[in-house]
Amino acid sequence: MIENATLIKQGAEARIHTAPFLTRTAIVKERFSKAYRHPILDKKLTTRRVNQEARCLFKCRKSGVDTPALYFVDTENSTIYMEFVRGTIVKDLLVTNSVYIQNKVKQDELAKKIGIALAKVHEIDIIHGDLTTSNLMLRESNQSLVVIDFGLSYISSLPEDKAVDLYVLERAFLSTHPNSEEMFDYGDEREAWLDESTRL
Amino acid sequence: MIAIGFEGSANKLGIGIIEHNTESGVVNILANIRHTHVTPPGTGFLPRDTAVHHREHIIPVVKEALKTSNVQIKDIDVICYTKGPGMGAPLVSVAVVARTLALLWNKPIVGVNHCIGHIEMGREITKADNPVVLYVSGGNTQVIAYSEHRYRIFGETLDIAVGNCLDRFARILNLSNDPSPGYNIEQHAKKGKKFIELPYTVKGMDVSFSGILSNIETIKNEQSCSPEDLCFSLQETVFAMLVEITERAMAHIGSKEVLIVGGVGCNLRLQEMMAQMVEQRDGKVFATDERFCIDNGIMIAHAGLLAYRTGFITPLERSTCTQRFRTDEVYVAWRDAN
Repeated sequence: MIENATLIKQGAEARIHTAPFLTRTAIVKERFSKAYRHPILDKKLTTRRVNQEARCLFKCRKSGVDTPALYFVDTENSTIYMEFVRGTIVKDLLVTNSVYIQNKVKQDELAKKIGIALAKVHEIDIIHGDLTTSNLMLRESNQSLVVIDFGLSYISSLPEDKAVDLYVLERAFLSTHPNSEEMFDYGDEREAWLDESTRL
Repeated sequence: MIAIGFEGSANKLGIGIIEHNTESGVVNILANIRHTHVTPPGTGFLPRDTAVHHREHIIPVVKEALKTSNVQIKDIDVICYTKGPGMGAPLVSVAVVARTLALLWNKPIVGVNHCIGHIEMGREITKADNPVVLYVSGGNTQVIAYSEHRYRIFGETLDIAVGNCLDRFARILNLSNDPSPGYNIEQHAKKGKKFIELPYTVKGMDVSFSGILSNIETIKNEQSCSPEDLCFSLQETVFAMLVEITERAMAHIGSKEVLIVGGVGCNLRLQEMMAQMVEQRDGKVFATDERFCIDNGIMIAHAGLLAYRTGFITPLERSTCTQRFRTDEVYVAWRDAN
């Protein structure tokens, strides 16, 4: 049991709480078992994903990708304690924020930030595994793009895995945000983007 | 209004006749006749032989459908046929008949996307309003949700369809294809006890099945696993993957309903697992039985008639077939924007 926890979201496979951790407020991600899954499979997947998530979070953070800082991993209870990022989910930004809905320059700026962050993630051979606009945030304090939810992440240097990662993101964009096709139109941005990613 | 539907995108040949009461909105199923091309254990169905089967049986099946429905030819408003996706030769063999009858009877013709047929039929039978749709069959594996006049694909298989994985697995074990390989796997799985670990590949809302198939081929040759245990483990693994991506899609778009359609959708274990997942989320699961899950002519007639009622007609010279026809290519004029 997590002390003084407030449930803020019930995700597909984890409950997200906020709870005090030492002197700070932490996000506590607690994976729960799935009734529909065979117990052996369930245990295997849960353990593997907690470990992978913690590892990938830490590795990204170390390499300069803005991710929630890792505080503590409780493997017994499949729970991860991490930094509480104050900011906005990109999905909400694109759906409700009129500045982003109308302003193409703002959209381009955001697309570029996403591109740069993902280039950094892939540079260190981390495959996010669940890139959707629900898993990207903008930090309130400095408008930096934060990548969250490494629950399906793994390490691979195969170009195919990285490509699938981007393909998943493109599809998430097109299915969730109809008419966002042009955010994937690299155009002149592509050069700058490639420069950026090779420099890293 | 009455429509007749022609389906033959895979090994099932189906003719269905449906009536829509345009005033009350009531839908009447007048006939749903199916003839399946069943191949011997250890083999699959090939496009050429399947086309031969369809050509051989289509006329008697049409006659039987007309007889069952008690509908006069003059009462039929529109002829609907599967435009795609599916196997080329079987699709064409059925489309030729639909086209000929359209000319002979002087009726308009509507080409229907097979996946849309499944979705609309499932919605009609279960009365699910705006569900996340899991479409699982021998040729397709997609997680779909509706938005702004299109059925949008949120997740799908990156290689083979789940039904294809099951069919080919049944071939490895030499299980019977009668009535369907999936049914026989389901029956064997009920006797399985031991869970054998298989690759579990979920990437975001997408899944991959090809690795499981090659893995199971190796295990079968190396270890002494009973066919029952293999069937059980295969079902538990692939269905867990499907339920997981469905749940992820539900969480992503904030929906509480799930509709399962397609041939694999009549598997009771899949329905049960989906129900367990949905229960944890406080939602509802909708599924249909073998009559509407497995490919049939009714769903083509139903989806075709919905389109026809909005004024959609396929001109004869464009009444072609296509093996590749994605679910999100169809403009869904008959539903509200949200």
